Amino acid sequence: MEIHVIHYLVVSTIMMFCGIYGFFTRKNLLALLISIELMLNATNINFAVFNRYLFQGQLEGHFFTLFGIAIAAAETAIAIAIIINVYRNVKQILTDDITDLKG
Amino acid sequence: MDISTIFSTMQAEISLAIILIVILLADLILKQPNHKALQGLACGLLVVQIALNIIPVSGEAFGGMYQTSPMASIMKTVLALGTLLVFMQADSWINREDTRHKAGEFYVLTLSTLLGMYYMISAGSFLLFYVGLELASIPIACLVAFDKYRRQSAEAGTKFILNAMFSSALMLYGLSLIYGTCGTMYFNDLPELLTGTPLQIMAMVLFFAGLGFKLSLVPFHMWTPDTYQGAPTSVTAYLSVISKGAAAFALMSILVKVFASMTDNWSMLLSVVIVVTITIANIFAILQHDLKRFMAYSSISQAGYIMLAVLGADAQGMTSLVYYVIVYIVANLAVFGVITTIEQHNGGRVDREAYNGLYKTNPRLSFIMTLALFSLGGIPPFAGFFSKFFVFAAAFHAGHLLVVFLALVNTIISLYYYLLIVKAMYITPNDNPLPTFRSSNMTRASLVICLAGVILLGVISNVYQLLFDNALF
Repeated sequence: MEIHVIHYLVVSTIMMFCGIYGFFTRKNLLALLISIELMLNATNINFAVFNRYLFQGQLEGHFFTLFGIAIAAAETAIAIAIIINVYRNVKQILTDDITDLKG
Repeated sequence: MDISTIFSTMQAEISLAIILIVILLADLILKQPNHKALQGLACGLLVVQIALNIIPVSGEAFGGMYQTSPMASIMKTVLALGTLLVFMQADSWINREDTRHKAGEFYVLTLSTLLGMYYMISAGSFLLFYVGLELASIPIACLVAFDKYRRQSAEAGTKFILNAMFSSALMLYGLSLIYGTCGTMYFNDLPELLTGTPLQIMAMVLFFAGLGFKLSLVPFHMWTPDTYQGAPTSVTAYLSVISKGAAAFALMSILVKVFASMTDNWSMLLSVVIVVTITIANIFAILQHDLKRFMAYSSISQAGYIMLAVLGADAQGMTSLVYYVIVYIVANLAVFGVITTIEQHNGGRVDREAYNGLYKTNPRLSFIMTLALFSLGGIPPFAGFFSKFFVFAAAFHAGHLLVVFLALVNTIISLYYYLLIVKAMYITPNDNPLPTFRSSNMTRASLVICLAGVILLGVISNVYQLLFDNALF
């Protein structure tokens, strides 16, 4: 069987919605971060696949993927730094324990 | 294209990047006790930035990747002015003993978000737009978590960065669908390729959701009150006016320029979001006792009013949007300036009870706060009335009568909760109000500028005319 655009898109869509589901249900901050990474990687697959199969002459999608990876790395670095800071202050990284702010 | 045209088109970005590097180096070279000098340098360089870019420019660079219009230029200058005011107000907080060793980081991070907003405003392709958006939101997360040893600040930072990442992932998914259907990301080529197929409508909705998070429109607003409450007050001020204004401008120019063929789809979506945003934010604002939380809900409802201008979708809408943002910047920064000053003198209290009887001991601060709240509520002689009038007129002109009516009803509700603070300051008795104090010169200067803006911007009608003359898509 030949692998075509549709197969890649099914994979990326499943990844995207697994990420969204994980973001809404998980309690651990690191698990939330992993869910977001799933979503970002789903979009990266999308860009690369569209470029490879539909618009072969150009490079825009590939570039978007590269930028996406770089920016996701920067975001993750900041997020982990902040989560470590939360851990230092609260000694926990479960969302149930971080409830100082509400009103 | 030769290098000199690039320099003249991108002068705002280039000069801001130079300022950023100069401050970074100055922070490195200056010895520790010189935090006052650093603040003077940051404010001075921002004044230079405003002076250099006061004349609007227009043009394209890098094959359409970067485009700027006179209106975008004006918006950038306005944002720089707002940042200058925030820097001046941060005086009493950043020069405190426990934070002054990281004052340099505050200026550098703030200016890099400003640079991101500049790119976001004058992006000509979704790629540059995305990079600008991230540059504008990642450093803000650091700023929100700036008070390292305060639990609330760390919590607010977590909530902000996770929500920002989630929203940008949603937006990216939308952009990938746009790329899949059109094969390009350039704003110049996209309008004729976007025809309103179901997949493109889904992409537009995802894109709108992503920017809705940044603007804190209602289904996506849950992070706003927590982040605003936990962040240092100056950062809250920056978050509520500057980043919101930039996102609103970018959203409008993309919806109107790129998604022009889907106007029916997005204006319906936007009408519902506006009505829900303004109503829910108003209801929750009444219930708040913490002033920063209260201002968060107030800023959500103001974002709803700003979106009314987007419904206008023409030059008049664009003009009223920029005008609204200018007026909102001065009025909201006046309120936050007062909150910051009082917070520094009463041991960090920001609840409404802390303002009881303030008029007796600090009449001038109460007076500024009152006028700014009147302006936010939209009481006639002040600028807030005219800005609300113009956005209503823009949406009315485009035929959204029901939305304008509901927003108008909500203005009356908002008057109630703004006046609650005025009542606390002037009428509610208090046995031991905050003793009289003299705030620092920087803060006083910024409050005077804000006050002048609140009073004069509405009366001097040339401002609106000047903006309208430059409003071309």
